[in-house]
Amino acid sequence: MSILIDKSTRLLVQGITGKEGSFQTRRCIEYGTNVVAGVTPGRGGETAEGVPVFDTVKQAAAETNANASLIFVPAPFAADAVIEAAYAELPVIICITEGVPTLDMVRVARFLRGSGLTLIGPNCPGVITAGECRAGIMPGNVFSRGHVGVISRSGTLVYEAVAQLTARGIGQSTCVGVGGDPVIGTRPVEILRRFNQDADTHAVVLIGEIGGSAEQEAAEYIGAEMRKPIISFIAGATAPPGRRMGHAGAIIAGAAGTAAAKQQALREAGAFIVESPAEIGAVTDEVLHNFQVR
Amino acid sequence: MKVHEFQAKQLLAAYSVPVPRGQVAETPRQARAASQALGVPVAVKAQIHAGGRGKGGGIKLAANPDEAERVAGEIMGMQLVTHQTGPEGQLVRRVLVEEQLQVARELYLSIVIDSSNGLPVMMASEAGGVDIEEVAAATPERIHRLAIDPTIGFLPFMGRQLGMAMGLSGDVLKQALAAMDGLYRAFLEKDCSLAEINPLVVTADGRLLAADAKLNFDDNALFRHGDIAAMRDKDEEDPLEVQAQELGIPNYVKLTGNIGCVVNGAGLAMATMDAIKLAGGDPANFLDIGTVNSVERVVNAFRILTADPNVQAILINIFGGMARVDVIAQGVIDAQREGGVRVPVVVRLAGTNLEEGERLLEESKLPVLRASDLGDAARKAVEAAKQAAAAK
Repeated sequence: MSILIDKSTRLLVQGITGKEGSFQTRRCIEYGTNVVAGVTPGRGGETAEGVPVFDTVKQAAAETNANASLIFVPAPFAADAVIEAAYAELPVIICITEGVPTLDMVRVARFLRGSGLTLIGPNCPGVITAGECRAGIMPGNVFSRGHVGVISRSGTLVYEAVAQLTARGIGQSTCVGVGGDPVIGTRPVEILRRFNQDADTHAVVLIGEIGGSAEQEAAEYIGAEMRKPIISFIAGATAPPGRRMGHAGAIIAGAAGTAAAKQQALREAGAFIVESPAEIGAVTDEVLHNFQVR
Repeated sequence: MKVHEFQAKQLLAAYSVPVPRGQVAETPRQARAASQALGVPVAVKAQIHAGGRGKGGGIKLAANPDEAERVAGEIMGMQLVTHQTGPEGQLVRRVLVEEQLQVARELYLSIVIDSSNGLPVMMASEAGGVDIEEVAAATPERIHRLAIDPTIGFLPFMGRQLGMAMGLSGDVLKQALAAMDGLYRAFLEKDCSLAEINPLVVTADGRLLAADAKLNFDDNALFRHGDIAAMRDKDEEDPLEVQAQELGIPNYVKLTGNIGCVVNGAGLAMATMDAIKLAGGDPANFLDIGTVNSVERVVNAFRILTADPNVQAILINIFGGMARVDVIAQGVIDAQREGGVRVPVVVRLAGTNLEEGERLLEESKLPVLRASDLGDAARKAVEAAKQAAAAK
C-alpha cells in the first residue's frame, strides 16, 4: 500500500507534447509508471513518447481508463487544465505548473471542494510512490522503497530530504510535494491524514517553511490523532522577516509565520524537530531506531 | 508588485471607492499649483512604496500654496527612513497633494487571501489609523473577518455585518457598503494580493473616504493586466534585484552577509541559508535560480553575485529535478572562464544528469571546491569565506 498513486495508477499527461512535458513523461515511463495517454489540444491522433495523444481529457479518459492526471500546461492555462481533468472525474490531479495566478487557484480550490477529487499542487514536484509510480519531475534514483512518508511544501527540499534518507538505508512509502503557492489543492494536514491510515507508512517526514499556517494545522492534527512519529524541518529560520523568498507562501505574515512559532507548535504536538537541513536523515534514523519502526 | 499610494487611489476611485481630492507633484512648484487648484488646506505626502511615512517626516500639512511649496521642497529629495525602508531610507521623488480631512473616526478595511481556507478574506476594524498588526496581536477581537466565496461574491449582508461591527449606521454605513463592494471588485478584477485602506476615514461632516490606500498585485497575474504592469516603479526596488530580474532571475533578494548562494528551488534556497548560518556563516543573498535549463542563466547568476562587493565566497547548491545538473555545471564553467569570478566557489550537485555534470566539472580542471552534501557544502563555503576575509 501507499497513498495517492501506486502500481495500479493509469497516468494521463496534460501538455505531453511540450518541452518539459515530453522530457518528464519519458522519465516517468523509464521509472516504470504506467502512462496511458497524453492530451494536447489540436494534436489528437498523434503519439508522443509512445503514448496516444488526445485533444481532450474526456476522450483520453474514456478510451484509456486513465485514473490520474499530471499537468504541465503553461500557467495562464493551468486552471483550465485542472478543471478539465476534474470534469473527467480523474480522482488524482497533479499540477506541476509554476506561476499560476492565485485567484485562479482560489476558484479551482473552491470548485474542487466536496468533489472527492484530489488536486496536488500547483507549483510542486509531484508525487512518487517509490518503485511503483512517479507522477512528477523528481529525480527517481534518489528514492528507495520503504516505510517513511514525506510531505513538503518545497520541491527540491523533498529531494534533499529523501537523498539523506536513502543514504542511510531508510526507504520511503510515498513522497508528496504539496506545492509552495498560497492556495494549493491539498494542504499538508490532509496528506498526514492519509499517511496515518496507510499501513505501509510507519513514520512521516514533514518539511515546512516560513509563512502561512499550514504547519500549525498539521500540529493540531498530530497532537490529536497522529499515531506515527513525525520528524519535521522548517526552512527559513534564518530568513530576514518581511522579505519575500520566492514562494509566495514564504512571506512572514504575523507571528504564526515564523519558523520558531511553527517549530514550537509541532514540538508541543510531539513531533521531532530537526534544526539543520543537513540532519534530516540523521534525526529520522534516530527516531526510527527509538520507535523500532523502519 | 507594489504601487504608490496615488496609483492605488486612482485605481480604487475607478471602482467607486471614495478618495480625497488630490494631485501628484514632482516639483515644489507643481505642489504649489496643486494646492492652488484644490483651494483648501492640504496634506503633502511622500510617495514611496514603504509604509510608516508620517513618523519619518514624510507627511506634512500646509494651510496655503506657499506652505505647500515649502513643505514639498522639504520632503522631495529626502532619504525617507521608516520601519519598512531599512536604515538607508528611500529617496522621495514625488508627493501627493491632497485636501486635508476633518477626521471624526479612523477605520481599517482590507482584503487578503487566507491560505488556510483558500478564500479572500475581508478584514475590518474600528481601530484604524494605527499599526493594525499591533491591534491584531493585542486585541484580536477588534479585527472582524469575513471570508468571501468567489462563486457568490460580495453580498450586502456581509457589508452590513462588517460595517455594524465597526459601529457604523445610517448613511455612513451605506457609504461603507459601497466602498467594500468596490474594494472587493478591484481586488478580484485586478488580481490583487493585498488591498488595504488604513485609515478609512469618517469625516466630521459624515463623508467616508480612503485616506490612505495600499494595493499589492500578484506577479503571476500581471500578464493579463498591462495597465497594472505599467505602474511598476523600478526606482523603488533594489537595483541589484532589478538587474537580476532583467537577467532572467526572478527570485533574488540581497542580504547583508558575505556568502553568495545559487540554489534551485525556494525551499532549498532557504534551507541552504539556514545551513550556512548554522555553520557560522552569513549569506549575502537568497537566489532561487528556478527550474533552469539554460547555461546563460547560471552565468547571469554569477554576474549578479560578483556585482555584490560583499561576496567573499560563492556556494552553488543544485538538486536537479526538472533542472538538469549538467546544464548547471556548464554554466559554472562558462562563468569562471568568462572571468570576473575572483572568489572561491563551492559546488554541490545532485539529482538529474548528475554523472554528466560531474564529468564536465572534472574535465574543466577549474579550481572549484566540491562538496558531497548540504552540510559539507555549508562548512566549506563558510571556511572559504573566512579565509578570503582574512586574506584581505
